[in-house]
Amino acid sequence: MGADLQTILPEIVLAVFAMSALLGGVYGGQDRTAPLLVWLTAGVMVGLALWIGTATGTRTAFDGSFNDDPFSRFAKVVILLSGAAVMLMSRENMTRRGILRFEYPILIALATVGMMVMVSAGDLIVLYMGLEVQSLALYVIAALRRDSARSTEAGLKYFILGALSSGMLLYGASLTYGYTGTTLFSGIFEAAADGVSLGLLFGLVFLITGFAFKVSAAPFHMWTPDVYEGAPTAVTAFLATAPKMAAMALFARVVHEAFGAVVGDWQQVVAFLSVLSMFVGAIAAIGQTDIKRLMAYSSIAHMGFALMGLAAGTAFGVQAMLIYMTIYVTMNVGTFAFILSMEKDGKPVTDIRALNMFARREPLKALAMLVLLFSLAGVPPMVGFFGKFYVLRAAYEGGLAWLAVAGVLASVIGAYYYLRMVYFMYFGEESDALDGSMSPVAWGMFMASAAIMVVGVINLFGIEPMAAAAAATLVN
Amino acid sequence: MTVAAFSFYAFAITTLMGGLMTVISRNPVHSVLWLILAFLSSAGLFVLLGAEFVAMLLIIVYVGAVAVLFLFVVMMLDIDFAALKAEMARYLPLALLIAVVILMQLALAFGVWSFDMGADDRLAAPIGEGENTRQLGLILYDQYFLLFQLAGLVLLVAMIGAIVLTLRHRSDVKRQDVLAQMFRDPAKALELKDVKPGQGL
Repeated sequence: MGADLQTILPEIVLAVFAMSALLGGVYGGQDRTAPLLVWLTAGVMVGLALWIGTATGTRTAFDGSFNDDPFSRFAKVVILLSGAAVMLMSRENMTRRGILRFEYPILIALATVGMMVMVSAGDLIVLYMGLEVQSLALYVIAALRRDSARSTEAGLKYFILGALSSGMLLYGASLTYGYTGTTLFSGIFEAAADGVSLGLLFGLVFLITGFAFKVSAAPFHMWTPDVYEGAPTAVTAFLATAPKMAAMALFARVVHEAFGAVVGDWQQVVAFLSVLSMFVGAIAAIGQTDIKRLMAYSSIAHMGFALMGLAAGTAFGVQAMLIYMTIYVTMNVGTFAFILSMEKDGKPVTDIRALNMFARREPLKALAMLVLLFSLAGVPPMVGFFGKFYVLRAAYEGGLAWLAVAGVLASVIGAYYYLRMVYFMYFGEESDALDGSMSPVAWGMFMASAAIMVVGVINLFGIEPMAAAAAATLVN
Repeated sequence: MTVAAFSFYAFAITTLMGGLMTVISRNPVHSVLWLILAFLSSAGLFVLLGAEFVAMLLIIVYVGAVAVLFLFVVMMLDIDFAALKAEMARYLPLALLIAVVILMQLALAFGVWSFDMGADDRLAAPIGEGENTRQLGLILYDQYFLLFQLAGLVLLVAMIGAIVLTLRHRSDVKRQDVLAQMFRDPAKALELKDVKPGQGL
């Protein structure tokens, strides 16, 4: 038991911190403590990221139902850092909107605990519990602006569809348990290696459907635009970063650790999800003018690319997926730092036509945004291109050349709407100007994210070997 | 028929009937009462299985707390259940279709049921001898410690969420401040006046 507790110590630390912060917040002045709690929570999360990032070795706890391995550590570091970054950069914006409640950082911390458990899960029940801790916290913060009908609608929609997807996941999990006699991934691996019965296949498909809902892959994406649009922008920024990484890592862990012996049985399903997401994300976004809805479709398309890496079914595919997700999260932090600052007369503006001639007034910000948008589109000199290049190569080497071709086509279509935003910024018609300001922290995140997109081309900051080590623990 | 078999059929039939009547009775209060009957008889079934702890849990938690709460909600909320049911009836064909599909899926799954070769070895070992309250406690706080604590976290998040989304501090409401009441100085709060008879204030 002692060794087990040692293995889950980072999770315990974060959970205990969240509970003491809750007590501190309740007795120490309620919403007045919110800014302090945001900084404290972010500090704890960064500290944990450093701690987890420097750990080594592979350990399991609780009879194999919890893993501490390079793969989970990679995902945890990305989750913790992006969560902290989003929380810090949105603090000032939330204060101005009057929605910075002291529960917000606490719910983010608890959601993060859930995500950390998710990516470490070695058992279907642990997986589900982690997922529920994360999802419940997210439903609440999506409806944080409770006086706004749209925010409430977003929260409710997210809750109902999230509950539906959890139901599917549980149905799949119970079928899997029924046909293999165990909920441990290692046991399922053994059972699947003897041959996949029709019932187990049903379980696998339902599990994948549940994950597809959580990562918002088409055709299970319909909640994404509405939730992104309705939720407060600060919350949207969080939804678009850490939870995506967690859900994707969980997806990878289940298909490889539990069903790694029967890659052929899930490969087509994942490839189908991938190709559909890429095209739905690219084509449905063309008619959108709301930047938050655009980012929602953009995230659907990006999930399609990440799934392409997974569909390859190889260690290189998982590595490509991890690199892709890390780059995606970094880009989104920067992009949302900008979206948070889109304001006019103190009111948030989300119409992309408001960006008209933005470059003339704020050349530096416009340039940074141009870099980020090019990177999101996958235009060559930026880091985003290398993310796409990795997954395309993984798909090609995994024998899915058609998927790689489809990916190139989809990214060309998708480039249209990113470039349209650039067009508005540089060549649009002069119109009412945005006058929002950025807090120094948000400005720093925005510029850092844009700079990473340019400087990162040198060696991707060395994440490549780390992702390779992470992938190697998952795929043998 | 042995006593055990007789009790099983009695409890099983009552459970099924309770469930059916919960759905079809017109008066929602009656529905809740039927539901309580269903809970009680399933508790009986658990006792027959030797799971006395779960049976007690069912009675204390479900009958004692959940069903009573239901009853209060049903009685306090003014909901026109007839209209709700009419609304539901419109979707009946679709609901039936989905039910049939799921039933067929289940039949399909049952038809191809083949327990995997090594599944028997992978099944969790039955818990040891002794009364099951003790055994459940041993397994819950040891082997499933992580899951138990995570379930606690889920409840904590739900509680925080309910408060964040619904609690409103109203400034126009007078609140009781117990300490202020206790430390009040009687000398300042009370003034004694000697009123002469027949004169008034």
